[in-house]
Amino acid sequence: MKQAPKALILLVSGALAATLPVAAWSQSARSYISIVGSSTVYPFATVVAEQFGGTGKFKTPKVESTGSGGGIKLFCSGVGVQYPDIANSSRAIKPAELKDCAAHGVKDVVEVKIGYDGIVLAESVAAPGLNPGLREIYLALAKQVPDPAGKQVLVANPYKTWKDVNPKLPATVIEVLGPPPTSGTRDAFVELAMEGGCKSFPWIKAIKDQDEARFKQVCHTIREDGRFIEAGENDNLIVQKLKANPRAVGIFGYSFLDENTDSVKGSAIDGVAPTFENIASGKYPVSRPLFFYAKKAHIGSIPGLKEYLQEFTSQKAMGEEGYLADRGLVPLPAAEYKAVAGQVKQLLTMPIPR
Amino acid sequence: MMANDGDRNRHQLSPEETRRRVNAGLRRRYRSEQLFRFYGICSVSLGVVFLLVLFGTIIGNGYSAFQQSFVRLDIHFDAELVDPDGARDPEVLSAADYSLLVKSALREIVPEAGSRAERRELNGLVSAGAVFELRETVMADARILGQTRSMWLPLASEMDLWIKARSAGESGEDVGGRISANQRAWLERLQADDRIELQFNKAFFSNGDSREPELAGVWGATKGSFFMLLVTLLLSFPLGVAAAIYLEEFARRSWWVDVVEVNINNLAAVPSIVFGLLGLAVFINFFGLPRSAPLVGGLVLTLMTLPVVIIASRAAIKAVPPSVREAALGIGASQMQMVFHHVLPLALPGMLTGAIIGMARALGESAPLLMIGMVAFIVDVPSGPMSPSTALPVQIYLWADSPERAFVERTSAAIMVLLAFLLVMNATAVWLRSRFERRW
Repeated sequence: MKQAPKALILLVSGALAATLPVAAWSQSARSYISIVGSSTVYPFATVVAEQFGGTGKFKTPKVESTGSGGGIKLFCSGVGVQYPDIANSSRAIKPAELKDCAAHGVKDVVEVKIGYDGIVLAESVAAPGLNPGLREIYLALAKQVPDPAGKQVLVANPYKTWKDVNPKLPATVIEVLGPPPTSGTRDAFVELAMEGGCKSFPWIKAIKDQDEARFKQVCHTIREDGRFIEAGENDNLIVQKLKANPRAVGIFGYSFLDENTDSVKGSAIDGVAPTFENIASGKYPVSRPLFFYAKKAHIGSIPGLKEYLQEFTSQKAMGEEGYLADRGLVPLPAAEYKAVAGQVKQLLTMPIPR
Repeated sequence: MMANDGDRNRHQLSPEETRRRVNAGLRRRYRSEQLFRFYGICSVSLGVVFLLVLFGTIIGNGYSAFQQSFVRLDIHFDAELVDPDGARDPEVLSAADYSLLVKSALREIVPEAGSRAERRELNGLVSAGAVFELRETVMADARILGQTRSMWLPLASEMDLWIKARSAGESGEDVGGRISANQRAWLERLQADDRIELQFNKAFFSNGDSREPELAGVWGATKGSFFMLLVTLLLSFPLGVAAAIYLEEFARRSWWVDVVEVNINNLAAVPSIVFGLLGLAVFINFFGLPRSAPLVGGLVLTLMTLPVVIIASRAAIKAVPPSVREAALGIGASQMQMVFHHVLPLALPGMLTGAIIGMARALGESAPLLMIGMVAFIVDVPSGPMSPSTALPVQIYLWADSPERAFVERTSAAIMVLLAFLLVMNATAVWLRSRFERRW
């Protein structure tokens, strides 16, 4: 019976040994690039990271999927090896965030616009095809809509089928699967599609100048009576649900449509189909730019950071025929691409707002 | 008084009357017993059906990920292309564009692909990872330059899905519009030439994550999970057992002990994301440990499993009969000798069970790891508890969210690996328990 305490002592000493490296690790150099941020940019950043690491000169960067806001917050918390070098974002950095950055000593942020992402309304290939306009999307999905009788008051959304919204649309029940409020895709959808449709009512647009908060509440609030179904952050899940239910409409990023063209098709919005060309040319109304932000102060102390920026902005990655385009990123127009590549070469930093 | 009267009445019943009353109720009693057994069988079989459906879908979706299609290409290691100076400088060899070798080998087999678009389609047949394999071959032995060698290279994931669908007897129509008519024709020709083969998917078990599904593997995540659980076990088991022994055997009852007890029970019910936030604030921001390290993950999971281990260990100690303690003390053992020589060995199997329940929960946990940066794309397989890594449940989550179609089968395959990991862990615990088990 004597082994028991011995085994215990062994375990305790093992535990102590395991905690020893804690003391050894402090402020030592980091040999890989640390990237945080948006889950929308994640599929593109990881491809670049893998290509970059594959050449064998530098270690493969570590890419975390934290969401745009969370990533920028981490990025802005300071300069030094324990802080990330790059933050991916599916929206432009806000002035308040830049100020926060500067307050923590991060004063030299390089902004890189990498391309566009289209947000698509998609349905099963078996469905008849729903091609709404922005105004119809707003009317079908908002919590409160203008009175159908024509008076300038808001009423709770009475529409049950797309045909109720506009007699030209099919008589299918409104059933839309979309991302939850925590998602950047949802933010962009609300800002571009819902607000776009909302503004087509002049009297609602007039509210914006008087009462911005009221305007946002009217235009950005999605109905909660079960016609809009929050399907989680997983876009693959939405695709599968659409396959099973031809009446439903799903909202997700263009890259998922591109990968699943055999089972789902994109709806044209205001007559513009969500194709690669239409998003690139800016004709498709629901598209947003994607960015990443790099810390200039880390160039030199983190091996490969400058080379990573060059790899990302190279023609073979971000260009019109680049490998990111193969993954569903809609590339920048040639002139804009040139400007971005030039800025990265010079490592032009952003001005700090006052 | 009433009960006593009733008792007396029953005693006064004649044997015939008793038999009659018993017989009258007998059928009802048998029936209710049978009904109860039936309910039991129903609930067990319902559970089994759910389990079978779950395993059926996972295995049905995932078994194909254990195979991968390869294409045999005659690669000419052109010294002019790889190393124009002829100096065999490792730096030059590493930086060379090996995709040119693959492209020229493909063009030899399909010479009619002339236009730029057609060549792009042709090059799309082979995985982007083929390049890494060629580089490794050359780096390992530069004498291969100038020779031609027949090599099995992985096909791109879309092609792989098509080949698998075809070999399963399907038309392959449903793998999507990602594969063109030209590519179909070429694949068919390559198959007719016996240049395509389904082989065991070694990469899945030896690689870290990758954005090319045909290169993605679970080894990085498995190792990350292993390091994390090692840290968790080494910290939570001794600490938990020591705490349980002190609280059960040594501590005098006082309000202070009660407070500790209530807090331990409460901690066991705290949502795991809270431990992640705590880990972020304490281990990373205060102690300055690196993000994404299995060590930090292990520390966070230790906090989470500790209450479970303590509660289970205390229950195990309580279950040791007091006679054992009294006998030990009676023949002159000290309190500590009594605990370590007699109580602990008897309670150890129960403690192990508690530890394994806690560890199994820790293995499946992904929410707290989000906060400490382990939900990340990491290609390099971790070498120790300090190098960045992910864990198995996180890898499953990341793959389930990837747009590439071939990740669907890999997600299910990764779930199978997670289940196998769990099975090995539980089997070890059962074996340990049966070794320590003592009956009285």
